Amino acid sequence: MSRVSSGPGQRPRIFRRAPWENGATALIGLGVFMLMQPFSLWLFSNSFAVILAGTIGFVIVSHFPEA
Amino acid sequence: MAVARPGKPVQRAHGLSDRAVAWIFISPTILLLLAINIFPLLWTIYLSFTNYRANQPGRLVQWVGLDNYRNLLGSEDVWGYLQATAHFVGWSIFFQVLLGLGLALLINQKFKGHATLTTLILLPMMLSPAVVGVFWAYIYQPQAGIFNYLVNFFIDAGSFTMIGDVNLAPWSIVLVDTWMWTPYVMLICLAGLRSIPDYIYEAAEVDRASKWRQFWSITLPMVLPFLMLAVLFRAIENFKMFDMVVELTSGGPGSVTELASINLKREAFEKWRTGYSSAFAVILFVTVFGAGNIYVKFLNKVKQR
Repeated sequence: MSRVSSGPGQRPRIFRRAPWENGATALIGLGVFMLMQPFSLWLFSNSFAVILAGTIGFVIVSHFPEA
Repeated sequence: MAVARPGKPVQRAHGLSDRAVAWIFISPTILLLLAINIFPLLWTIYLSFTNYRANQPGRLVQWVGLDNYRNLLGSEDVWGYLQATAHFVGWSIFFQVLLGLGLALLINQKFKGHATLTTLILLPMMLSPAVVGVFWAYIYQPQAGIFNYLVNFFIDAGSFTMIGDVNLAPWSIVLVDTWMWTPYVMLICLAGLRSIPDYIYEAAEVDRASKWRQFWSITLPMVLPFLMLAVLFRAIENFKMFDMVVELTSGGPGSVTELASINLKREAFEKWRTGYSSAFAVILFVTVFGAGNIYVKFLNKVKQR
């Protein structure tokens, strides 16, 4: 079973900032690509939702503890 | 007389605590920020959900929900403007990074006259983008402009017009932006190159590493965070590019150089579709804000080095 907590009284390790921040950054990057790519109108139409999710996610996870 | 307790500084002077004095000093700035930044932003977000037209103030304003966003994100024209923006951002940054890094490596050699050359290279960056747009429009003129003369001097290209041709116009704005902002990328790369300690190269020399190997294993990895910063900063700036391109091509011929910000201005102040253009502004703002978050993340990484 994987460990989800680093010790008694501490926050679960799943809420570490770095991996979530990387995920949010990737989502923003993906959204920007979808917004400006020349291949599919469907990707363009859904790009803003992806960028918005990534940006709001980034603002939230940037308040997570470092370790 | 106030008696200071050990471990706790005296907080009151003339009846005001340090905290209160701090708030008094920063409150004008906060109020100004709220009035000219936060309120317009919230108002724009509100307008993006309405059919408001700024040239018809007496008209009934209706709540249209997500219609403006649906229209924008379903429009092939808007998709085209964002592709034009992507072409401009992508290629201008590619050339700026290539030339900026090359120039930084050259200037870092400290040859005779490198300070004068640095000043000359930095000159375009100090000009106003609108001024640059106007005088490059003269340079690109097919009859009297020096650009056509120079091209025909080296290769026999015949008669052509850079800003009047649908195939050449997107490259004309890339060229001007590259000319103007390569020095900026060079400056950031130079800061990165100067931050590399000499002893690393000395150790590499001892290990008989070739110059090429030193570049790939020392120079490039050490300059990369600086380069990434330059790329992100230029990408954000070019995504919002307006003045230089308006003065140079006005978005033409047709709409091949109509960048997102130029179309936004047309929708807002020529067609007076304020609600629709507010939605467009919100989309561009969230995109730039998201990219700004990435920028701050890389900035922190550079600071931690």
